[in-house]
Amino acid sequence: MSAVVDTVTRAGQTPEEAQPWAELGLREEEYARIREILGRRPTTAELAMYSVMWSEHCSYKSSKVHLRTFGDLPHSEALLVGMGENAGVVDVGDGYAVTFKVESHNHPSYIEPYQGAATGVGGIVRDILTMGARPVAVMDSLRFGRADAPDTARVLPGVVAGVGGYGNCLGLPNIGGELLFDDCYAGNPLVNALCVGVMRHSDVRLAKAEGVGNKVVLFGARTGGDGIGGVSVLASETFDATGPATRPAVQVGDPFTEKLLIEACLEIFAADLVTGIQDLGGAGLSCATSELAAAGSGGMHVDLDTVPLRDSTLTAAEILMSESQERMCAIVEPAKVEAFLAVCARWDVLATVIGEVTDGTRLTVDWHGEQIVDVPPRTVALDGPVYHRPMARPADLDALQADLPPITSTDLRADWLAVVGSPDGADKSWVTEQYDRYVQGNTVLAQPEDAGVVRIDESSHRGIALALDGNARFARLDPYVGAQLNLAEAYRNVAVSGAVPLAVTNCLNFGSPEEPEVMWQFAEAVRGLADGCRALGLPVTGGNVSLYNQTGDVPINPTPVIGVLGVHADVRTRVSGGWQAAGETLLLLGETRPEFAGSAWASVVHGHLGGLPPQLDLAAEQALGGLLATLAAGGLVGSAHDLSDGGLAQALTESALRYGVGATVTVAGDPTAALFSESVARAVVSTSDAAAVLAAAREAGVPVTELGTTGGEALVVEGVLELPLAELHTTWSTTLPALFDTPEAVTGTRPAGAVPTGAVPTS
Amino acid sequence: MRIGVITFPGSLDDVDAARAVRLAGGEAVALWHADDDLAGVDAVVLPGGFSYGDYLRAGAIAARAPMMRTVVAQARQGLPVLGICNGFQVLCEAGLLPGALTRNSHLHFRNRDQGLLVERADTAWTSSYEQGQTIVVPVKNGEGRYVGSDADLDALEGEGRVVVRYVGGNPNGSSRDIAGVTSADGRVVGLMPHPEHAVEVLTGPSVDGLGFFTSVLTGLVAA
Repeated sequence: MSAVVDTVTRAGQTPEEAQPWAELGLREEEYARIREILGRRPTTAELAMYSVMWSEHCSYKSSKVHLRTFGDLPHSEALLVGMGENAGVVDVGDGYAVTFKVESHNHPSYIEPYQGAATGVGGIVRDILTMGARPVAVMDSLRFGRADAPDTARVLPGVVAGVGGYGNCLGLPNIGGELLFDDCYAGNPLVNALCVGVMRHSDVRLAKAEGVGNKVVLFGARTGGDGIGGVSVLASETFDATGPATRPAVQVGDPFTEKLLIEACLEIFAADLVTGIQDLGGAGLSCATSELAAAGSGGMHVDLDTVPLRDSTLTAAEILMSESQERMCAIVEPAKVEAFLAVCARWDVLATVIGEVTDGTRLTVDWHGEQIVDVPPRTVALDGPVYHRPMARPADLDALQADLPPITSTDLRADWLAVVGSPDGADKSWVTEQYDRYVQGNTVLAQPEDAGVVRIDESSHRGIALALDGNARFARLDPYVGAQLNLAEAYRNVAVSGAVPLAVTNCLNFGSPEEPEVMWQFAEAVRGLADGCRALGLPVTGGNVSLYNQTGDVPINPTPVIGVLGVHADVRTRVSGGWQAAGETLLLLGETRPEFAGSAWASVVHGHLGGLPPQLDLAAEQALGGLLATLAAGGLVGSAHDLSDGGLAQALTESALRYGVGATVTVAGDPTAALFSESVARAVVSTSDAAAVLAAAREAGVPVTELGTTGGEALVVEGVLELPLAELHTTWSTTLPALFDTPEAVTGTRPAGAVPTGAVPTS
Repeated sequence: MRIGVITFPGSLDDVDAARAVRLAGGEAVALWHADDDLAGVDAVVLPGGFSYGDYLRAGAIAARAPMMRTVVAQARQGLPVLGICNGFQVLCEAGLLPGALTRNSHLHFRNRDQGLLVERADTAWTSSYEQGQTIVVPVKNGEGRYVGSDADLDALEGEGRVVVRYVGGNPNGSSRDIAGVTSADGRVVGLMPHPEHAVEVLTGPSVDGLGFFTSVLTGLVAA
């Protein structure tokens, strides 16, 4: 233990004492501002709180000025709770509300793939739970370096096992996501996890501490030394050799405890035992207490000696900073504390009263009988620094956009197999088989479908659809258009299932905001997403920003991952993407132009990235979406599959291999464009009533091309090529197992203890 | 007919098992691991999940729950008991069924639609099927590899106590493709695959799993 506790009194008496603000990631002017706010130097514990709450991860200090754009979008009737809470809440009808959000856990997943990914799932699930909702499904959007790079064999199997290991143990079906590879992610994989939860309108909970005398209850796991990042710097202030050992900065997950926490919380909500609730994620207790207090009347007192610990040698600052997982903080009326603790006891969840809501506007923390924190909580949680970072259009962008892709295939058959057999295009079963898609018994569609669909009411058959999309090649070529193209793709993926798109979330993965070119990409993507949402009439319900993603000095391609939520009035009319019957007519909805810039074909076959991304047409997306909903509701189509990465070739392959039904098609015009162009606002449908579909398409103003007929043991493009399904299946399905299916890849070859220590960005 | 579904800390497919009971025409009764009273149910389902996080060994801690003492005692008197996935692991750990479930041979959790050959159509839980029938239900586990000594497996097969066997691929490396086994009296059945996830066209790969639940209800009516 530290010989001297750095109390508020002591801080006032020793203004000149040197403090490690720079090591904690604070800038000189930020440290000066903390001293100005407090009228003295901060105590060690206060410095820890400010440093972590004013970090990029918690304060959004570089992104805030741009994200405000989302708040300017027109009011949406569907939005019950908007941005700023743990997750936005959307009205999906019949008195049901849905909350959904994506969060990144990129950097921890590179350091320690299994735990990084697992705790990423755990964190987003608690965010959803905090809103009062029962979590009902998860999705994951993953990016890794080149598939055959040695380090990908270390990172990918661990990440997949971590996503599965945690989500499976919580009993949450994994209903879809993305898996893509690119060199730019070699030293910085992306692990974005989505969770969606369902509740009744009346059950929405908010994170605020109100009511003087109400108790602050910490419940869930004990607090340990895991997940303490920059704060480990402070441990050097402890001179005693018996102090806690330096531990990995990546948290360790315990999904079993989280499962108990979920059940306990739902029982607590049902019995109306809390007035406010917040999960403990990044910045741990510092974040939860300061945010709860700041959102309420402001006053809170916490006695840190009451916090249950795994390690009694932790310092006060470490307890305040610890990111130990599976913890929640609730504000409970004194008369309800006993009932609250009883529910926790029934679920074997440890729960402890650690403080109370006070009058006044200060957050105070005591430790060993002395006051070590006395701050206005708003200054910690809400009034962090805000930067208008310099921006500059990337110097290489003109040259990149002028570097046009090839437009003609010299071997359509070989190119087809190359695209669908590439790691991006190949069968993802190796990954998705590690995820439970059946648990809870409400999964109507899951991967490999374009969207995940979950039933939320067994008697009314109401349900929701979700898709996540984040094409980074398009965003690299033009981040403004790229973000909108991702929005359009997610919108289309939800629409092909027959759902009506309703709301948008996002996870914005970019490089360092201190690079003007990255900041420009970020601002452009945000502007694009806001404009796209305005055009489609959809609200942004919240989101997450992950910056400082780079491999060495090279930033990742801008990767705005966009999630779209849709509603099914009756999930029994959902449409899946596979052909189930021979003799159906195949129709291509939408218009195809020769657009290859940023396409999978240009990337896989030519190693090319350049030009301008496909032309965006949100009006056409809306027309197509409306048509698909009409077709689904009328039961007019047997299948529907969107066209995106890999174009028509990829879509036909996936639809055929799903149930082993081939097709014979004809393509008009240039076959390279017909098969590999990635023009937007397109989908292929199969139908036994072509006349009805044609009439509906005419009504909706959607162009239609008749492609051919399902049936047979091959995909035949008349006069162009023939691909037996067996050959196609082998090419498509063996790629990932060949790369990753070894026990060595599961356990990893990196020796134990090789985990880097020190500061790890927490997003 | 009332079928109890026990919830342990970490049980996940308890709601699914209860739904399957209802769809089969029975009344599902929620039972809590820490109680020891079966509330007069006519049969019991131990659902899938990760009871106690699979810590120690899958099913080992749940097998020692107060409710399990009652289940073991009643099973020895002929109470029909079905253990699905984690429930199967609990039954093995509780000594009601022979053998053990270990880590999948390929070391991955695996979820796929699985073909099963029904070898016994005369147990309390499989009488709705035809012997030799092939059904498709989901399998999803990380520790589903059924193992036993050769002598024990020979005896088990000799007594005809293999209820279902994997066909069209063994998803976890189980000895002799064994997916589920029964007690000597045919009243207790455990299997790794999940029949409760194949009870609705909308959400399952088939409705082949419903037979497990209709079997026990039919048997109870007859008795």
